[in-house]
Amino acid sequence: MQESAYLLGQVFNGFSVASLFILAALGLALSFGLMRVINMAHGEMLMLGGYLAYMTLQVVPGPLGILAAMPVAFLGAAILGGILEWSVIHRLSARPLDTLLATWGVSLVLQQAARNMFGAIGVEVVAPTWLNHTVSVDSGFFKGLDLPFTRIFILIVAALVLGGIALVLNKTRLGLYVRAVNQDRPTAAAMGVNARRIDLLVFALGTGVAGLAGVILALLGPVTPTVGQSYIVPAFLVVILGGLGSLVGTTIVSIIIGLFTALIEIFVDVSVAQVLLLVFVILFIQIRPQGVISIRTRALEG
Amino acid sequence: MQPKYVIGVIVLLSGTAAPFIISTYELSLLGRFLALSILAMGIMLTWGEAGILSLGQGVFFGLGGYCLALHLKLEGLNLANGDMPDFMVWSGVSKLPAFWYPFASPIFSLVCVVIVPGTFAAVFSWLVFRRRVGGVYFALITQALALAFSTLLISQQAYTGGFNGLTDYSTMFGESITTTGAAKVIYWITFVLVVGAYFFLRWLLASRYGMMLRATRDGENRVRFLGYDPVPYKVIAFSIAAMLAGVGGALFTLHAGVVSPALVGVVPSIEMVVWVAVGGRNILWGAIAGTLLVNFAKDLISSALPSLWLYGLGTIFIISVSFLPAGIAGIFRAGSSEDRIVRRFLTRRKLSSAE
Repeated sequence: MQESAYLLGQVFNGFSVASLFILAALGLALSFGLMRVINMAHGEMLMLGGYLAYMTLQVVPGPLGILAAMPVAFLGAAILGGILEWSVIHRLSARPLDTLLATWGVSLVLQQAARNMFGAIGVEVVAPTWLNHTVSVDSGFFKGLDLPFTRIFILIVAALVLGGIALVLNKTRLGLYVRAVNQDRPTAAAMGVNARRIDLLVFALGTGVAGLAGVILALLGPVTPTVGQSYIVPAFLVVILGGLGSLVGTTIVSIIIGLFTALIEIFVDVSVAQVLLLVFVILFIQIRPQGVISIRTRALEG
Repeated sequence: MQPKYVIGVIVLLSGTAAPFIISTYELSLLGRFLALSILAMGIMLTWGEAGILSLGQGVFFGLGGYCLALHLKLEGLNLANGDMPDFMVWSGVSKLPAFWYPFASPIFSLVCVVIVPGTFAAVFSWLVFRRRVGGVYFALITQALALAFSTLLISQQAYTGGFNGLTDYSTMFGESITTTGAAKVIYWITFVLVVGAYFFLRWLLASRYGMMLRATRDGENRVRFLGYDPVPYKVIAFSIAAMLAGVGGALFTLHAGVVSPALVGVVPSIEMVVWVAVGGRNILWGAIAGTLLVNFAKDLISSALPSLWLYGLGTIFIISVSFLPAGIAGIFRAGSSEDRIVRRFLTRRKLSSAE
């Protein structure tokens, strides 16, 4: 295989990892922008999506099972997310650090529940045959480049979700309310926006997207009780660097971090790459502590 | 004499006499948990008093533990002869890595137990705090740090012992550390250090520095308006907590006879916070009591019903944080009128800042 093809393959990998980060971090970032709280149980929404995909495929086997799994996972995770927001997060949101700890407790309980129900080893979701193709380049400069169709599928799903959310945020009344509460909660509330309902809706939407990401994760590897954990820490870093609740910032940083990890893994092994990612994040903070995209504001305490 | 002095004297006496009262197994547990409570007091300092939540205290615990373990693995080996720790021989390392050599000196190792976590914490936290990044952001970055540290330890098998960590020690300062007599001595050393750390932090929190720390927690920008730079106060608090974690880690390594990545990763690091949450984040003895209580409960429950423990831990997290933010120690202090006024002020301030 040629060097250039290998490099391009890694870049492609970086983009497909980035699209998973986008799906995982989107809900975190939107809710963080609205309520300034981080849901540590967000990784378990990925896990839930994976298990829901597994169960859907038991009921609907065949080539289109995976497409049926997506709305199921979305709804399942969104409903659980809504319950979580209503029961725990909303009550604690005045104390962000305590919310962090309480939702971590929720995540432990969910993981253990999954372990008891499905076992610790994990379940396998077999990708349908129409996803089992590889796009190969046989000649030319990038000779030998193989692009697995699953990874292309991930990119397509991420792009569709991102486009959909962007449309909702920018073109609908709901999106207008979300942006209003994001910028100035008291003023928005004074204008008659039901900020509480916006919080709940956005949170459920975000966890739903995470559930969708879980279906995709299930295509890449076995679904285990801790499957969400390996994606959620980079997703937290994406939220930190993205800027408060910014869709564009989240996307840009996801791509930066995805490419960074994929390209650095050419030279060092995965564990060193993780350390270097952390170094990168800390250096990034030195330059732009407020994140890639920041809303201009005169308020001192954000 | 006031009742609190009576209780204090009773605790000190029974703590000193514990090796003669309880069984060897219970003593080893108590020793371990007291070592952990040194770390917990550090969390009380950063989280309770400075408002800095760190989800990566396991890193500093591990740095302290590994600094001592490196020495314990080298003790009794003839380095000039080319001797190497057993696991390196198994991993096929031909020569002892250079960074191991200084740890042949016990004094160097003991100094490192404090200095390495302290320095690392100071540099790390200064880089983050100087750009005014804190709160939730800081908690998430420290969690990423814990993840990176534990994966690095696991992957560098040949130099760190990998997943199994460093274990199987026999002597320190030429004395055996595995006998019952040695266990008692290690317990007393731990107990003295717990008491020492307790009084040191009491003094520190009552000082002008402690007041500035609480001021920074309650209104960082107001502190700035008054002409102070809050960054050094926070960095110092975080470094002291890291040093305490390092000492706790070293003592724990001595008690348990092992230090491994399983003790320093993301989950153990966050478990450390729950000890303090249960005990009481603003009261020093609460941190110790919480550590002992949660760990003894963990020992009881997880030996009987292993899967129940994670449900229990999760539920403790949710309940203690939601309904008992001042912890168990807070129940005892709730009566004072001064406390009620402060609490009313705090809740009102927090509600208004959330809007």
